[in-house]
Amino acid sequence: MILDGKCPTGPIEKSWDKHCFDLKLVNPSNKRKYNIIMVGTGLAGGAAAASLGELGYNVQAFCYQDSPRRAHSIAAQGGINAAKNYPSDGDSILRLMYDTIKGGDFRAREADVWRLSQVSNNIIDQCVAQGVPFARDYAGYLDNRSFGGAQVSRTFYSRGLTGQQLLLGAYSALSRQIKAGTVQMYTRREMLDLVVVDGVARGITVRNLITGEIESHAADAVCLATGGYVNVFYLSTNAKGCSVTANWKAAKKGAFFANPCYTQIHPTCIPQAGEYQSKLTLMSESLRNDGRIWVPKKKEDIGKLPAQIAEADRDYYLERKYPSYGNLAPRDIASRSAKEACDAGLGVGPGGRGVYLDFADSIKRLSEDTIRERYGNLFEMYEKITDENGYKRPMRIYPAPHYCMGGLWVDYNLMSNIPGLFVLGEANFSVHGANRLGASALMQGLSDGYFVIPYTIGGYLVTVKPGAVKADHAEFKKSVEDVNASTKKLLSIKGKRTVTEFHRELGKVMWNDVGMARSKESLTDAIKKIPKIREEFWNNVKVGGTGAELNQQLENAGRVADFLEFGELLARDALHREESCGGHFRVEHQLPDGEAMRNDADFSYVGAWEFKGNDKEPELHKEPLKFETIHLAVRSYK
Amino acid sequence: MSDHKTMTLTLIVWRQKGPSDPGKFETYAAKNITEHHSFLEMLDCVNEDMILEGKEPIVFDHDCREGICGMCSQVVNGLPHGGQDRTTVCQLHMRKFKDGDTIYIEPWRARAFPIIKDLVVDRAALDTIIQAGGYTSCHTGGVPDANSILIPKPIAEEATDAAECIGCGACVAGCPNGAAMLFTGAKVSQLAILPQGKAEAAARVTAMTTAMTECGFGNCTNHYECQASCPKGINVKFIARMNREFLKAQFA
Repeated sequence: MILDGKCPTGPIEKSWDKHCFDLKLVNPSNKRKYNIIMVGTGLAGGAAAASLGELGYNVQAFCYQDSPRRAHSIAAQGGINAAKNYPSDGDSILRLMYDTIKGGDFRAREADVWRLSQVSNNIIDQCVAQGVPFARDYAGYLDNRSFGGAQVSRTFYSRGLTGQQLLLGAYSALSRQIKAGTVQMYTRREMLDLVVVDGVARGITVRNLITGEIESHAADAVCLATGGYVNVFYLSTNAKGCSVTANWKAAKKGAFFANPCYTQIHPTCIPQAGEYQSKLTLMSESLRNDGRIWVPKKKEDIGKLPAQIAEADRDYYLERKYPSYGNLAPRDIASRSAKEACDAGLGVGPGGRGVYLDFADSIKRLSEDTIRERYGNLFEMYEKITDENGYKRPMRIYPAPHYCMGGLWVDYNLMSNIPGLFVLGEANFSVHGANRLGASALMQGLSDGYFVIPYTIGGYLVTVKPGAVKADHAEFKKSVEDVNASTKKLLSIKGKRTVTEFHRELGKVMWNDVGMARSKESLTDAIKKIPKIREEFWNNVKVGGTGAELNQQLENAGRVADFLEFGELLARDALHREESCGGHFRVEHQLPDGEAMRNDADFSYVGAWEFKGNDKEPELHKEPLKFETIHLAVRSYK
Repeated sequence: MSDHKTMTLTLIVWRQKGPSDPGKFETYAAKNITEHHSFLEMLDCVNEDMILEGKEPIVFDHDCREGICGMCSQVVNGLPHGGQDRTTVCQLHMRKFKDGDTIYIEPWRARAFPIIKDLVVDRAALDTIIQAGGYTSCHTGGVPDANSILIPKPIAEEATDAAECIGCGACVAGCPNGAAMLFTGAKVSQLAILPQGKAEAAARVTAMTTAMTECGFGNCTNHYECQASCPKGINVKFIARMNREFLKAQFA
């Protein structure tokens, strides 16, 4: 099937405004008749629930944490982009769009990216009005910093806590609506199924994580703002509870999964210390503004203290290979270069999995106090984890799975191919193409939540009769039975291996065979290995306790079971995409200098997969990508 | 750094099946722990062993494991988050302990935080306080340009100091009165300091302190345990600021 993104036509500069005008509106007095389910309350879901509630809709919001303030958006440190051009350094909406399309290696939709860039400015205004304390200068004006993949300073920030401050802004807006009664908040609930009636999304089945009760919730539209899936690698920078479960359940009910192979490996994470490790910790790539990345030139220097390695014996490889962007080269390039250095045997620290990030020059130039003011919390975090002082000796960093550009397929209105199912934020695939630039995730989450869905969902709701399907419908009952059956099965296996053991095993396959450098052999191998792990899981996993209580083993088992299915799809997508682009690097497809080699003639499309059953191959649907404003070009950061 | 001698520790952990169960301490051994294990990774190891032995693992809240989401909540050796300066328990590392140590692990204990199971407590009361007024009543859209109201750096910085609160509830757990004044004071102050929040300052402080009392939190008697417990080092001056805002509101 050829998919249609239903993007507006005509001049790009007017596309979003024109589309907003063309959308049908829901009469204010009719809004309260509609129920909207919002799953996830991070930047996208929190902002959307608050905005939709304020418009007058009845919103039911769900999160698995004990409070909507805890979603993993909170961990974003560096900042949020906007095309304000406050520093007058040549920024514009068009330039932000250009950088985003280019940074995404020409695998995103132009119209969506234009809209994102256009509303980026409203986001900053909105957050300031909420009391988000962005960094300012002494005169009181907003401050900006630079981020990877851009030659202008367009990143707004709040110390190293930007995600936290933006999320708490959205949470405060959401709290106001909860108080007003427009949003009903359900915490400690995990979505375990999407209910589709006659091809239309009508509600969800959730597990109350405290009591174990399985609940049905019906609505006129369902929005998933359920984040990303990189915990499929086991070790990632995501929170432990982040999973593909909500998205995967929707995929199994017919929603197409787009570009699952586009995963981002973040260059500046703290290296793994041991096998027991439960997660990796990211440090904002804003550190690359003032830190210089290097490895020893000679293998015999690897065991030495960094201070004992002479300047001439250090390879500042990003500055050498990409002189115009240097240490601020985009994430995929920075990550792959680090892996190449370590694969060449020049890595430092445990297992040779690390490169230096050195602040000595910046401290000399600016003073330690200035560096502390800019990144103090990151240095503190680094020291807590490694017991090393980053001011005195270079930090060690290594890439880690961090973000996924892929997600459920949506059209321009953020609606999936299932009518009534909308997908927001990281959970959808729409704007980042094959690689996301730094400080753009927060922008997308809030754009979708505050400024896109409140408009586009109305265009759908006017076409449906409110309350047409209730939670006592047979499909809801069937869904509850399915969830109960799956729970019962997990508890009845009583095998010999823990859920975490399986997750770790899957993660190793994903990291080694489907990680930063993928090949036909490694991917074919992964596609053989994953079903075997899955089979063993369903025969040999040990999950104790019952379904009728707070049971973290059971929660975890459900998530890992879904990763064991989804991981295979990710590998299949990577195998089918015979090109390298952004975060997807196929070793067979590279330029002589090791750069990613795109194949625009054959792969300039969104690959959206339809689930056909675990024992059957998924079916690929394509949405061709057209570039009319930004011309296709080889991405170069030299 | 990958070397390491391992430690064996004795854990004395609060186990409680549910809100109505009286609960009791149980003793466990944590073996093969290195100094690079985080505290929660140490508990993961203990739990993995217990699962394989068919015992019920220790239930505890956690999520980001990088000290920002505020989900983790354990009192370690009598101190919320274990007492390391500006550190959540998920960021506490085992290098702070030594081989043979005995470690007591308990949940947050406060009247407003009922225990759900083992180390997991119900902190919905903190959300209730925010819902009472911890926001500016701006609408989505229709707000002025971000630079139209200037906020000099020292003011923005002071607001950020207050805004760093992660809502974990350690301040309540550390307070002998089970007070949430540091939590509430931080939000009241952040919004009272910034021009955007000033218009509603009086109504906000009144509503939030009322909610605080209604939720069953105690009052401040200047022990400063909250500041000592706070993983973000939120300063008690924000309690003073809240008291001042509260007094001002009485005459508003």
